[in-house]
Amino acid sequence: MYAIVAGGGKVGFFLARELIDQGHEVLIIENNGERAEFIANELGNVVLRGNADEASTLAEAGAERADVVIAVTGDDPRNLVLLQVAKRRFGARRTVARINDPRNEGLFSMLGIDATVNATQVMLSVLEQEIPQANLVPLLKLRNTDVEVVEAIVDPRSRVTSSTLREVELPPESTIAVVIRDGAAFFPNGATQLQAGDEVVALTRGIHEPTLRRLFFSER
Amino acid sequence: MFIIIMGCGRVGARVAQMLTRSGHEVTIMDIQSSAFNRLGPDFKGQTVLGDATDQEVLKRAGIDRADAFLAATQGDNRNIMASQIAKHVFGVERVVTRIYDPLRSDTFAALGLHAISPTIIGANAFFEELTGQPASSATV
Repeated sequence: MYAIVAGGGKVGFFLARELIDQGHEVLIIENNGERAEFIANELGNVVLRGNADEASTLAEAGAERADVVIAVTGDDPRNLVLLQVAKRRFGARRTVARINDPRNEGLFSMLGIDATVNATQVMLSVLEQEIPQANLVPLLKLRNTDVEVVEAIVDPRSRVTSSTLREVELPPESTIAVVIRDGAAFFPNGATQLQAGDEVVALTRGIHEPTLRRLFFSER
Repeated sequence: MFIIIMGCGRVGARVAQMLTRSGHEVTIMDIQSSAFNRLGPDFKGQTVLGDATDQEVLKRAGIDRADAFLAATQGDNRNIMASQIAKHVFGVERVVTRIYDPLRSDTFAALGLHAISPTIIGANAFFEELTGQPASSATV
């Protein structure tokens, strides 16, 4: 595989080193002369000095034969544009972006970037999985929308357990899709009464997540 | 028309003045408040401090009801990203983007942005002044 890594900071450097160790052909594009020299000393002749967002640099890098171009600079507009140029102008087969502002995730996928990695989101989901008291886990985000599929385990203190779903005030634009109880899944209706320990899979908009969380976890 | 301009440099400020004086409603944005000094005291439009690659800031500037958007900062990437947000997220009818890099300019023109490259326009004008020949007679 031929991989172009745009940005020779810490992420780009270690990523390139791993890819080289796995036997892939790698080229790092780094704008800073001293940094480029450092990378060349450590990893060998795998650095092109230049601005990856200049189309001429991508041409020199051989973007047209790249199996993947990975943009890992700390600047979202730069990552977006250089990947769009790599894909549309040079026909790079796959584009992967590091995203710094988590709100840009939907935009990048809408504008044709194949995959995004968002450190803030990764850390948040790890944290949420490890904090049992607030265990509302985002399972997935529906493509290009703010609608999320979330999972929660009903807390014994939650007020939802005291009444049927018909009487529970769900946040707006939220639906409880599936309940898993004692290992068996069922589709709830208005007469269903949730119990502590039920696993609930719900659909909601991102903005209503906190309300939903309070519903499953707050004390009565 | 209601027009939003991103970047209050020499070009952005001048276009903003031209537009307000022709009777258009203008909101101009910049990430530095001192940039708005270029507009002079008689500017009739609005100013918004913030980054137009941020959708929340664009909403604050009124992008939902904008008829046109001009991206005229010094940064090609920020201009391109903000223009695509204006066009594809908010559905703004007319979007014009300054892109210095001629190759990037070609690429995004092909992707549907109305790209204007000062590099190409400037080089062509210099060539014509110097040689008296049309720039179209020369190849780059």
